[in-house]
Amino acid sequence: MTSAAKSDSNPVPTAAEADGDDVLLRVENLVKYFPIKGTGLFREKEFVHAVDGVSLTIPRGQTFGIVGETGCGKSTLARCVARLYDVTSGRIVFDGRDITKVSQRSMRPLRREIQMIFQDPIGSLNPRRRVGSIIGDPFAIHGLASGAERKRRVQELMERVGLNPEHYNRFPAEFSGGQRQRIGVARALAFQPKLIICDEPVSALDVSIQAQVINLLADLQAEFGLTYIFIAHDLSVVRHVSKSIAVMYLGKVTEIAPAEDLFTVPRHPYTGALLSAVPVPNPDESDQRKQIILVGDVPSPIAPPSGCRFHPRCPKAAPVCVTDDPPLEPRLGDGPEHPAACHLPMAAGENLADFHPEISKEERVVEVEGSLLPDDAQPADIADALPVRQEGGKP
Amino acid sequence: MSMPELASAGESEVLDETGEAAASRKIEGRSPWRLAYERLRVDRAAKIALGTILVIVLLAILAPVFAKITGHGPNQQFIDTGSNAEGGPVPPSGTFWLGTDNNARDLFIRILYGARVSLLVGVLATLISTALGVVLGLAAGFIGGFVDTVIARLIDVMLSIPFLILAISIAYVSGPSVWLVIVIVGVLSFTYLARIVRGQVISIKGREFIEAARALGAGPWRIMFVDLLPNVLAQVIVYATLLIPLAIVAEATLSFLGVGVPPPTADWGSMISDASGWFQYGYWWFLLFPSMALLITTLAFNIFGDSVRDALDPRGAGIYV
Amino acid sequence: MIRFLVRRIGQSILVLVASSLVVFGLYFVGPGPNQVARTFAGRLATAARIAQIKHELHLDQPLYVQYGHWAWGLLQGNFGYDYYKQQPVGSVIAAAAPATISLVLGAAVIWIVYGVFTGVISAVRSRSLMDRSFTASALFFYSMPTFVLGLSLIWIFAYKLSPVTTFFPFHGYVSFTSNPAQWFQHLILPWLTLALVTAATYTRLTRASMLEVLGEDYIRTARSKGMKENRVITRHALRAALTPVVTLAGLDIGTALGGVIVVETLFGVTGLGWTVIQAINQQDRPVILGITILAATFVVVANLIVDILYAVLDPRVRLY
Repeated sequence: MTSAAKSDSNPVPTAAEADGDDVLLRVENLVKYFPIKGTGLFREKEFVHAVDGVSLTIPRGQTFGIVGETGCGKSTLARCVARLYDVTSGRIVFDGRDITKVSQRSMRPLRREIQMIFQDPIGSLNPRRRVGSIIGDPFAIHGLASGAERKRRVQELMERVGLNPEHYNRFPAEFSGGQRQRIGVARALAFQPKLIICDEPVSALDVSIQAQVINLLADLQAEFGLTYIFIAHDLSVVRHVSKSIAVMYLGKVTEIAPAEDLFTVPRHPYTGALLSAVPVPNPDESDQRKQIILVGDVPSPIAPPSGCRFHPRCPKAAPVCVTDDPPLEPRLGDGPEHPAACHLPMAAGENLADFHPEISKEERVVEVEGSLLPDDAQPADIADALPVRQEGGKP
Repeated sequence: MSMPELASAGESEVLDETGEAAASRKIEGRSPWRLAYERLRVDRAAKIALGTILVIVLLAILAPVFAKITGHGPNQQFIDTGSNAEGGPVPPSGTFWLGTDNNARDLFIRILYGARVSLLVGVLATLISTALGVVLGLAAGFIGGFVDTVIARLIDVMLSIPFLILAISIAYVSGPSVWLVIVIVGVLSFTYLARIVRGQVISIKGREFIEAARALGAGPWRIMFVDLLPNVLAQVIVYATLLIPLAIVAEATLSFLGVGVPPPTADWGSMISDASGWFQYGYWWFLLFPSMALLITTLAFNIFGDSVRDALDPRGAGIYV
Repeated sequence: MIRFLVRRIGQSILVLVASSLVVFGLYFVGPGPNQVARTFAGRLATAARIAQIKHELHLDQPLYVQYGHWAWGLLQGNFGYDYYKQQPVGSVIAAAAPATISLVLGAAVIWIVYGVFTGVISAVRSRSLMDRSFTASALFFYSMPTFVLGLSLIWIFAYKLSPVTTFFPFHGYVSFTSNPAQWFQHLILPWLTLALVTAATYTRLTRASMLEVLGEDYIRTARSKGMKENRVITRHALRAALTPVVTLAGLDIGTALGGVIVVETLFGVTGLGWTVIQAINQQDRPVILGITILAATFVVVANLIVDILYAVLDPRVRLY
């Protein structure tokens, strides 16, 4: 990969954290449904299946990436872990403590250990408060410092993230996007938390600024031994920063792998499709690539497809995919660090473009809201509906 | 990889103030309040209105001084000089600058003292109403659920019973007084601001910085007063300013109907009420001057309030007239 | 939609019940049972009368029983008995209602027409002399307390303009059925007083609403299609701009009973507002209660109708 700025973003843990297997956060079968108010006279409760059984293990001192399309549940997952939502079922174990059902009041001291950085630099800062006050919030809320001492520590933080401490009294509107994210970072950093959940921290920034913020995060991780959960929808960004990456689709994890393995030997077809969409700088290489274009929109999370949720869009779909939801476990001889949830995982060197689904349109999905193929598509059409395009421009 | 190399990103310890950072330094720190103030400064109507208000306040404060100068107290009766042959008021003259009322009291002095009452009631009632309205609006909007339902229904109930009937009944039961008027007007008008604040809070509470505050461990009261309140403050100020003249008129109306400030305290409403029995006999000054005082005061506050609204909310987000 | 209706109507009922409780509490609970009986009986009552009233009003029974009787009576249309005037409260109300209705509806016509008209002109000819004068006069009348305006109008029309004075009697009410011409005469000044103050709000609201609508894209489209400006305004812009105005009108008429108290008192128009003030002065509890709960009912019903209309017109509102 071409290196951008600092490539050493995943440092070897220092001696104090030599225990790289030490697990900081464990999520077991997390489920989060949001009820929808019924529209009929008789309340049929419908739910949005935002997160539908996710299990993850986040090791200490490293960056764990989570990617997925919009609506796959990654942001909801983040907020569940941060206990901003109550979970519908499942367990969250943080640093050995089960925090699933802890009340909001009891969560307060824990909030010093779990923090979040948000996506929208404009929205995540209160426009009517001064920056110094915003960054000083953690100190104020938890009574850690006040007055001159608080100001001093806030200015320290500002400097650490690359802001001018003299801008203490400015409003967020007076800063650029990248700087606002730095403010968010400073605010999250105040406690030196053990875990920082970064919910698409750079998605709203210009590409050139993204690098700065990511490097900042990397430096802070090295200095303070932070653990990150890094959520994004851009694979290339995640690849750069993460040690392991989880791919999510419609509320479930489809694959987890160490960063490089995910890119070189992806197992799940969804991952394969995502990878084919990542632009490649080398024009020759890009010309020769066959791009997979998934048909249709992501099905609605209100009534997810039966069996494997990806089967309506999967080029390798087979009858078993409609009936059985594949468990997340290592496939094709991979080790425990690389599980995938697929009946027909991709072998090394397989090209998804060569595949056609083995099931007809009627055999797919029992019920689904919206998306997928047009109603009158015949089995034969499916092959046409999954076009294979060569980037040279030939259809 | 799609991330370009950054020329200046050599050291990332303390990021150099390139491009973006330097640009923000050139922007002068102008907070939203500063911008509003600038707009207000060039608004001529606002300045005239504010000037008028200040004059009224000044006159009210200096009422005792004027009383001393003219030698007429607000409740002093000057039967010989102050009433004519039929026992009615005398017109404006050198002694009585604006004439007298039906009880031979100096109208001008009474008007000045009346200003005290009106301003006192106007401001205090507004403060009470604003405090109540903001707290209830914040709670209803942010906590939502049952609290919101209770408060919203409470507001509905208060709005369904006519203000005057309620006010007059209460005044009858406990006997009228200035403080009662302040409390009545203040408490019964909390609905005005409560609704506005509630609406604002509901539209703001989904925004990410509120989530961020919760993520930091802030409790609901802290979020309401430290995070939400600054964002509704602008609207609160606008409508509180517009509430003052409404409170003044409410007090005047109550006094006019006989249940406001009890006699013999000088009060514009009761003066007008007294005058209503006399002006048909030609005693025009008795009606005109207190009426003008009331009108000018209300007008000034309304104009100023409108200007404040234009300054703080130039796009006119709400059509609350 | 049905769910919305059910919820909304349920809400209204809840509010009405709560209001009735407040009203009840105000008058029944404060003084003790003896006191209540005495005040209900009026000033000239004998001991026997008081005892009789005490029994009739169930004052010796627990409060909730009293409330139950009163509320049950209300639901049946029985507003109680006015001991002071020796007639059912219902007939007191019925006698006073036409005056208030005449006053409110007449004024409403004036203020809506005038307010909308001036508001539209102000918006269409924004920043012109007409706009500024209308806006200024709206501000002027908006700031004027009702009784000040009323007295001023009386002074001007009934006293100062000599030959014309007899044309504007400033006191009393004549019912339409007995003498339409006099009915009209007696109501002109009250109408003007009520209408001018209220119209100010409508001018401002219409102007603001109209300005907003005129800035919309579809108006621009209509103009660019070559539609004459008048048609653009009346056929397209007005319709959209009038929604908040209609809402306000509905609510204003709903709260009219409270709003006319000052005007009726000032001009001696013997409507419900005037009656309730008299009742308060005479401590005539049954009448006070009856009219107050009537007023509350109007407000709640008006709110309900407005909300339902809104839901019909704008489906988003139904997502309650």
